[in-house]
Amino acid sequence: MLKMFSHYFEAIEGIATYPVVSLLLFVVVFAGVLVHVFRMKKEDADRMSQLPLN
Amino acid sequence: MEMVTIRYDNKIVRNFAFATMLWGVVGMLVGVIIAMQMFEPAINSKLQYLAFGRLRPLHTNAVIFAFVGNGIFTGLYYSLQRLCKTRMFNDLLSKIHFWGWQGIIVAAALTLVLGHTTGKEYAELEWPIDIAITLVWVVLIINVIGTILTRREKHMYVAIWFYIATLVTVAVLHIVNSIEIPVSFLKSYPVYAGVQDALVQWWYGHNAVAFFLTTPYLGLMYYFLPKAANRPVYSYRLSIIHFWSLIFIYIWAGPHHLLYTALPDWAQSLGTVFSIMLLAPSWGGAINGLLTLRGAWDKVREDAVLKFMAVAITAYGMATFEGPMLSLKNVNAISHYTDWTISHVHIGALGWNGFLTFGILYWLIPRMWNTPLYSRKLANLHFWLGTLGIVVYASSMYWAGITQSLMWKQFTLFGVLQYPNFLETVIQIVPFYVIRAIGGTLYLTGSIIMVYNLIVTVRRGKLVGEEEVQVPAGWDEKPHAQENRHRWLEKRPIQFAIVSTIAIMIGGLVELIPTFLISSNVPTIASVKPYTPLELEGRDIYVREGCYTCHSQMVRPFRSETERYGEYSKAGEFVYDHPFQWGSKRTGPDLHRVGRKYNNLWHFMHMENPESVSPSSIMPAYPWLYTQDIDTAHTASKIRAMQSLGVPYPKEYDRQAVTDLKAQAEGIAVNLQKESAPADPSKEIIALIAYLQRLGTDIAVPKQ
Repeated sequence: MLKMFSHYFEAIEGIATYPVVSLLLFVVVFAGVLVHVFRMKKEDADRMSQLPLN
Repeated sequence: MEMVTIRYDNKIVRNFAFATMLWGVVGMLVGVIIAMQMFEPAINSKLQYLAFGRLRPLHTNAVIFAFVGNGIFTGLYYSLQRLCKTRMFNDLLSKIHFWGWQGIIVAAALTLVLGHTTGKEYAELEWPIDIAITLVWVVLIINVIGTILTRREKHMYVAIWFYIATLVTVAVLHIVNSIEIPVSFLKSYPVYAGVQDALVQWWYGHNAVAFFLTTPYLGLMYYFLPKAANRPVYSYRLSIIHFWSLIFIYIWAGPHHLLYTALPDWAQSLGTVFSIMLLAPSWGGAINGLLTLRGAWDKVREDAVLKFMAVAITAYGMATFEGPMLSLKNVNAISHYTDWTISHVHIGALGWNGFLTFGILYWLIPRMWNTPLYSRKLANLHFWLGTLGIVVYASSMYWAGITQSLMWKQFTLFGVLQYPNFLETVIQIVPFYVIRAIGGTLYLTGSIIMVYNLIVTVRRGKLVGEEEVQVPAGWDEKPHAQENRHRWLEKRPIQFAIVSTIAIMIGGLVELIPTFLISSNVPTIASVKPYTPLELEGRDIYVREGCYTCHSQMVRPFRSETERYGEYSKAGEFVYDHPFQWGSKRTGPDLHRVGRKYNNLWHFMHMENPESVSPSSIMPAYPWLYTQDIDTAHTASKIRAMQSLGVPYPKEYDRQAVTDLKAQAEGIAVNLQKESAPADPSKEIIALIAYLQRLGTDIAVPKQ
């Protein structure tokens, strides 16, 4: 419903910066998290997943 | 390794668990009552305190903040101590948090039925309660961070990340959405108006669903599901992806969707690709939860705790798949304002939050009281009643929502609305309202059985209030050879909380800065004028009675809506609306163009007895508006508050306001008396009629 008013945003100068910033943040962090997770050692992951059971 | 003996505080967990059960039953009971009012409005006995518009906010607030809120705290206080291998930081803070939160709930229940509301959904509580919530929340944050700082386990398990993110984000959301100017002890106006107020409100509403109903419960899932299934979570790696994508990417993606049309082409393409990945945040959790049960499905058949959890996670997966679908423009055009939304939120509330809470309670209470559950049969009965209740509830509401939406949009071959009378579309779905109430009653019955079952269990056992355990005195500080940044972060709660706060602030600012800029970019309409004092008082009555719970004030630019209601709504028409009253559900018709549609007498008769002018209407009667005087004690301060928010009343108009109010009321009363209606200019109904007759008329072209 708010979309029907989103065209008012377009009048704001440099407005496209905001969604581009939000999109790039999203892409960079998502990629970063993926890299981190795939580089994670299996034994570390296993040890941490045992924490609630200890 | 050196071991120390410590004691976990189970008494605070018990307190929150009892509060969860109590408020759960209360919230659901109010839900069943208002569900019945939707086919039998007379059961409110014409008492203003039991009217739908007041009980509905009570139901939503009770379920979200009292039932789910206490559910969060029950699980958090239990799991945090064990994951940190330490007692809660400070017993006094725990107690202040507990009693403060219960006090807020009682204050909320009283003020809502008495009609003190801000009129913003899920943020209805008035300013003194808002301040109390902030203070109690700070106490909770100190207590939780303090506990994490004094922990004896080096690594913070993923559940704790979810808790930290919840605490900081809810604080930011609550404060930003509650900025309001007090007019009197229990009345305030939000500083935002119209479109801007709506943007801030739904920024809050959307993220509150994420950070009050979702993230804390995911934290609970990551602790209690492995506990109950006695096996670790399926993939710890997936939980990390799940966490980061849900917490931050979710909040960053908001502005992206809102401002989509302003994006350059390359960004739109990239955005489309990554939108698909947005399923990862929610489904990552659901898949991870269900796969944790792999190889344990035989246990799920036996164990009521696991049954509840399995259905809860399934409901979570369903609701989070449906959510993004509902945000698609063409789906939203059908679903919005209908019972489809009601069905969607109840899959979440009854299925995900309710069932996970029940699972946790069934697991927790026998352990804390050191006794087996009184009756496994009753627990299974509860499970089946609850599941059946959800199915009956959801299917009837889907059916009702889609049926009504199609009827609203149906044109005849001659190009006119097939069902021009809104009431026709309501009468069509009343049977589904009956079915829905049956579904809700089944669910409530199950919950009452659970409370009975758990109370008997408690009576048979003895609370281990101070649970003694042996834990390692500390951790080995040997520097880790390949420590990476994320692991560094995972060990430092303060830094983690700060990084979290900065991250959500970035997401918030990216969305809020355009929102704050928009008010100067909404085209003003010269003919749109501030409300007269009488209309303003009438509008406050409209807010007080919760009219927005059933009526929208937003005609969308669809032919089916402009045919039915009139000219579609313009942003510039709402610039003096503190708060906005667009609503989110059309149980009754849209009211934005209701002004001058009927004469004063019609409204006078309708509000006293809706069936007198609309036979079979399910709207309740409002007889108290005919006996209560318009309260002009605060009219002047209301005008001053509006002036301070930029509403252009003439200078020193506050002194003139009450005189003008009386003159306008007199005019309406005389008009009604001419039609031989017993109208008294001092009564509230006159102010309400003045407001309703003003609605949406500012841009009307004067008749020749």
